Amino acid sequence: MASGVKPRVKVPKKAAAGEAITIKTLISHKMESGQRKDKEGNVIPRSIINRFTCAFNGKSVVDITMEPAISTNPYFQFDATVPEAGEFVFTWYDDDGSVYDTKKSVAIG
Amino acid sequence: MGMNLFKTTAAIAGLALMGTGMATAGEESALTINGDLTIPTSASAPAHLENIDMVTSGWIYRTKETQALQMDDFDNPSFVFVDVALDLWDKVDGSEGKACSSCHENGPEEFAGLTASMPRINAEGQLETTTELVNECRTERMGAEPWKYSKGKMAAMTSLIGLQSRGSVVNVAIDGAAAPYWEKGKELYYTRVGQLDMSCSNCHEDNYDVMIRADHLSQGQINGFPTYRLKNAKMNTTHARFKGCMKNIRAKPFGQGSDEFKALELYVASRGNGLTVETPSVRN
Repeated sequence: MASGVKPRVKVPKKAAAGEAITIKTLISHKMESGQRKDKEGNVIPRSIINRFTCAFNGKSVVDITMEPAISTNPYFQFDATVPEAGEFVFTWYDDDGSVYDTKKSVAIG
Repeated sequence: MGMNLFKTTAAIAGLALMGTGMATAGEESALTINGDLTIPTSASAPAHLENIDMVTSGWIYRTKETQALQMDDFDNPSFVFVDVALDLWDKVDGSEGKACSSCHENGPEEFAGLTASMPRINAEGQLETTTELVNECRTERMGAEPWKYSKGKMAAMTSLIGLQSRGSVVNVAIDGAAAPYWEKGKELYYTRVGQLDMSCSNCHEDNYDVMIRADHLSQGQINGFPTYRLKNAKMNTTHARFKGCMKNIRAKPFGQGSDEFKALELYVASRGNGLTVETPSVRN
């Protein structure tokens, strides 16, 4: 349904063990709220990303429920502690059932 | 005794100097992108400007938060649109079965420096803009439909092309065959129009760095265009911005891509000769 959806993630390649690193994420998405009407007066159906999760080595870091008032191209920035080398998995869930994911590895050093 | 007094005074003077120095540094923090590309945000005005000594980028008139968005390519929402343009770059369109990349084999990097000298005079002696170059490729060489002058795909593509010139110094030619277009643009710039009876210069030359209700007026430089605006969450082209300004002063805007706006684009670009290309910038 939604077109031009592309996740982008920025994670440092290296971190010290136990260090809190800053993670930035953005997904390009039009986030149609379901409140707007087209020229003919018909409601444009809602089409948003409704959930965003981040997991590190299978352990949940954040799990966010997103609502229709969130504007286009939702951006999340958060800090995460890295206890060991591993992989972050970022997942976005679309209203239309699509799931978009991106993986980023972090080394210790 | 006299010696001691001198020392104390000198110390106080030193402190005062340090104080002002630090305040200036805070207000005029430099525009550094991704921590490695430093872009000067002011320059000596080009010789043809009679009423301004320094030309300044619109970046310095924005809030700290908006400024910060432009200082990192991940935070800069323009790059969502640059990514869209990169996909379009490789997308085959039209009767010839070609994409941009079919001819421009070295990628968008081929256009390094182009935007810094646009608009310019073409081989036929006509003024041409980057937008027209793109559409010429689409209609003449790809056999595709031209894109609308300021709509999404065109704005994205001109942003991608403009990005290749980021860091180059603006230097549009205003002499020779460009002179009549430049004169026309200058006349438009200083002509009062609309119900509010205002010209471009009333805000952007006489009153820049002044608040116009809640908005901080800039010099109206276009070195950062196309620019991402927070108010409409998309890339905004020069001509779309001209149109917005004209509507604000209750005038009937010229068409986007019209001779008037092209001449005005040349003149406004020439007012920024010496500034550095910031495309794609972030404004409010």
